[in-house]
Amino acid sequence: MSDNGRNNDGKSNADLNNGDPVFDERIVGGADDHEVGSGRVTDHAVAGSGELVQLGDGHHVGSGGLPERFVDPGLPPHVHRLADDDPKAAVRAERQVATLFGISILATLVFVVAYFAIDNRASVFIPGIGEGNALNIALGVCMAISLFGIGAGAVHWAKTLMPDDEVVEERHPQVSDDATRNKAVGIILEGGEMAQLGRRPLIKASLGGALGLFALPFVLQVAGSLGNPTQALAGLRSTLWDMAPGGKPIRLMRDPEGTPIKASDVTIGSVFHVQPETLKDSEHMLEDKGKAAVLIMRLDPSQFTPGHAGEKSQSWGHQGIIAYSKICTHVGCPVGLYEQQTHHLLCPCHQSTFDATNDMNVIFGPAKRPLPQLKIQVDDAGYLVAPEGFHEPVGPSFWER
Amino acid sequence: MTTTADRTSASSLREGDPGPTTGVMNDGARKAGGVAGWVDDRTGVAKLGAFLLKKVFPDHWTFMLGEIAMYSMIICLLSGTFLTFWYVPSATQVIYDGSYLPLQGVTVSDAFRSSLDISFDIRGGLLIRQIHHWAALMFIAAVTVHMFRVFFTGAFRKPREINWVIGTILSMLSIVEGFAGYSLPDDLLSGTGLRAAEGFMQSIPIVGSYVAWMVFDGPFPGDAIIPRLYSVHILLIPAILVGLFTAHILLVLIHKHTQYPGPGRTETNVVGYPLMPVYMAKAGGFFFMVFGVIALISALVTINPIWAYGPYDPSPVTAGAQPDWYMGFADGALRLIPGWFEFVAFNRTWTMNVFVGAILLIPVLYTIAGAYPFIESWVTGDKREHHLLDRPRNAPTRTGLGVVAISFYLILFFASGNDIMAIKLHLSINDLTQTFRIALLIVPPIAFWVTKRICLSLQRHDRETVLHGRESGTIIRTPEGRFFEKHDELDAFERYVYVQHEALAPYVLESGVDANGVASTAARKDRLRAKVAHFYYQDVVNPVTPAELAAAAHRGDHEALPPVPDREPAALPASDYESVKRQREHNL
Repeated sequence: MSDNGRNNDGKSNADLNNGDPVFDERIVGGADDHEVGSGRVTDHAVAGSGELVQLGDGHHVGSGGLPERFVDPGLPPHVHRLADDDPKAAVRAERQVATLFGISILATLVFVVAYFAIDNRASVFIPGIGEGNALNIALGVCMAISLFGIGAGAVHWAKTLMPDDEVVEERHPQVSDDATRNKAVGIILEGGEMAQLGRRPLIKASLGGALGLFALPFVLQVAGSLGNPTQALAGLRSTLWDMAPGGKPIRLMRDPEGTPIKASDVTIGSVFHVQPETLKDSEHMLEDKGKAAVLIMRLDPSQFTPGHAGEKSQSWGHQGIIAYSKICTHVGCPVGLYEQQTHHLLCPCHQSTFDATNDMNVIFGPAKRPLPQLKIQVDDAGYLVAPEGFHEPVGPSFWER
Repeated sequence: MTTTADRTSASSLREGDPGPTTGVMNDGARKAGGVAGWVDDRTGVAKLGAFLLKKVFPDHWTFMLGEIAMYSMIICLLSGTFLTFWYVPSATQVIYDGSYLPLQGVTVSDAFRSSLDISFDIRGGLLIRQIHHWAALMFIAAVTVHMFRVFFTGAFRKPREINWVIGTILSMLSIVEGFAGYSLPDDLLSGTGLRAAEGFMQSIPIVGSYVAWMVFDGPFPGDAIIPRLYSVHILLIPAILVGLFTAHILLVLIHKHTQYPGPGRTETNVVGYPLMPVYMAKAGGFFFMVFGVIALISALVTINPIWAYGPYDPSPVTAGAQPDWYMGFADGALRLIPGWFEFVAFNRTWTMNVFVGAILLIPVLYTIAGAYPFIESWVTGDKREHHLLDRPRNAPTRTGLGVVAISFYLILFFASGNDIMAIKLHLSINDLTQTFRIALLIVPPIAFWVTKRICLSLQRHDRETVLHGRESGTIIRTPEGRFFEKHDELDAFERYVYVQHEALAPYVLESGVDANGVASTAARKDRLRAKVAHFYYQDVVNPVTPAELAAAAHRGDHEALPPVPDREPAALPASDYESVKRQREHNL
């Protein structure tokens, strides 16, 4: 094998290496060079003889008969690897490859043993990583070694023993030659003519219509049967807290225990996760809970921000106990983080921050609207109840809200 | 029309039809052995094999990025197929009674129960699950970095624009596929993600409420979303992914691989190693290496511990809720967009604070990416084929624009970790968010400027290296006591890398009036184009010409160009070739 590599036709590309200095045709000539906006230099500021130039900046072609740009010197000399010339090195490389493959075989066998031998629940401590499932770690590490051994062996083989002479493949423009292109166009035109497409507009129009419409049944079936959208708005607006007129007020229950909450249990600074009493009878537990989840907290009445919002908030509550929807008005995450000191509610998903002292107005983050408030009272037994549902839809905004 | 000339009418077969010819086994098939010959007799596959097996692949480490993506995808397909044996796509509520003690007796969905079983009760199931998740993360990461490589080297230029567009679609689909996949276990974290996804859908103007209702078949969460996502995740999107991926690879075969510029590499050749045997071993071996690394990570690093999150329940939530990394930038956008993007107009709620970040961002970014090759070729007016890659420094404006995109993406990405950063670094979440908002507006332009300056500096440094040689580190003292550093001249092969690219200049506007002195409408378009072209090329640094090198060699900097050449500049004398070879062997 020659040092210079070979191309696909078996020709040595030594002529690439020691070729005559030729001008690069793409730069020097060619009609499209002068095409408008070819984006390349077409008229160099030719530096005449003796003209002073800044070599740091410019692109000076000169007029001294030198080529406009450097000529490709061809492939650089090929340098043999150790294993190409030294049979000992080649044998060494062979052994290394075989060792890697051998390690892979070994690891596969250990995998099989580990699969049967290690208890599913055993755990093992690995320094720097921590406690882990022993079976998972053993199987994974064996699999990794088994796979990596094959890969490393194959790559090492390719790099040390397989020929590293470069091969040159010729490339041709993607475009078909004119004759082929004309032929293809001709076939299409002729076919159209044979089908009398041009002469029979009725067929053309009706076929266009049929093809344009045939997918409609499929689209309609899928889109139409995904879910009945007529209930959407009613569904988005209602929660379990809504009652039939004249219904009994709904008790606020602890989430998830489902026990009622005495007003006296709600001390100042405490916060309760709440679900409606009616949830236990719900046929759609998760769906109803997703809309009806409520947080209650108790503030010292003096802590409410003076003004309309704060007063409304206080008056809908009971002695500083206020209840708000827990579903964020941004995209619907549960607003679960209550900061006792600042009376801020923080949504863990996108950090919208609501001010509990000021009717849950947004003080920071991407949410726009305050959390909806739930009116609460105390029933005869001293438990917190909601006499009516939310006055606005809970959760993320939607077009018709 | 002459197209009928070389076609044979079917009737010619009717008169004197020679009938089917008997297959004769040729020498090649006999040598290839029984099975191969048998197959070739029936398919003629040897023709294709001969074409494929001698295919030449150029060598460069960045060409492995796409390979990593391809292999990760295959690993996902393999491991995912196994997971379907045990996973149950059902939202039916069941009581968990598997071997994970803390959750025994808890009401969970069947999807969650089966995911726990895969993790705890099926031997090796956890490994397969973790391999699937890690390979997915690796896949999207590799696709992204592969995209960077293709962009910064200009590999998207003609004739590869179609493949670039296919690639952007693949990248976008892989994100959707990932999201659908990690939502399937129905744990608390992914359920919260789905809850947010419902909010995203509701934000769509006009149809949003209905879309959300229809996708979930009723109120969130419903029973429909898990089986529907399952179909999408294991069938619909994978089918499109595999189809587009196949087209992507076929186009690489048709176009042949691009190559980095260098001596001997031209626009009309590919220099590299043949598929058989070198790339068969290298690329095949690399598959096993990628798989091995993913298996090792999956063995040692827990990903998505759904048992720690617990089953989905709409009420509780964990602090520090974070999506998988590739959704981070969209999540970050949601965190940064201020609430006042939502407004009421015409008695309707325009939820732009969600719609822009969650619904618009991804398709808009990908459309811009997909359109870039066409924009650049319009600006530069370059309609030629390119198979030699650009060194990123030689396209400073493109490189700058790429870094703009990356910096924009990264700021959004890091913004999605603002809560974690605030806790770990003891910073105010509000200050951090504000900082990210401001950074999103000012960092990309700064990144553009800095990147472009760095590219131009590197180009100037290349010129310097060519003109004055490489610093050798050898200090020479002259008899007069003067010290200077010896510079080694580059040999022709080394030099060619620095000087091979084309000299560029902005598109210059021609007269904007037609022959009759009337301003033409085309001229207005050209004016815009000239402006953008000016932006691209205004401070271009062009490669050293032979004349400049000759001038530098003769009299140093700031000197006259030689009036008459007194040496052959470009051709490398044969003795030089030999000396380079000796030098390189010596260096070994």
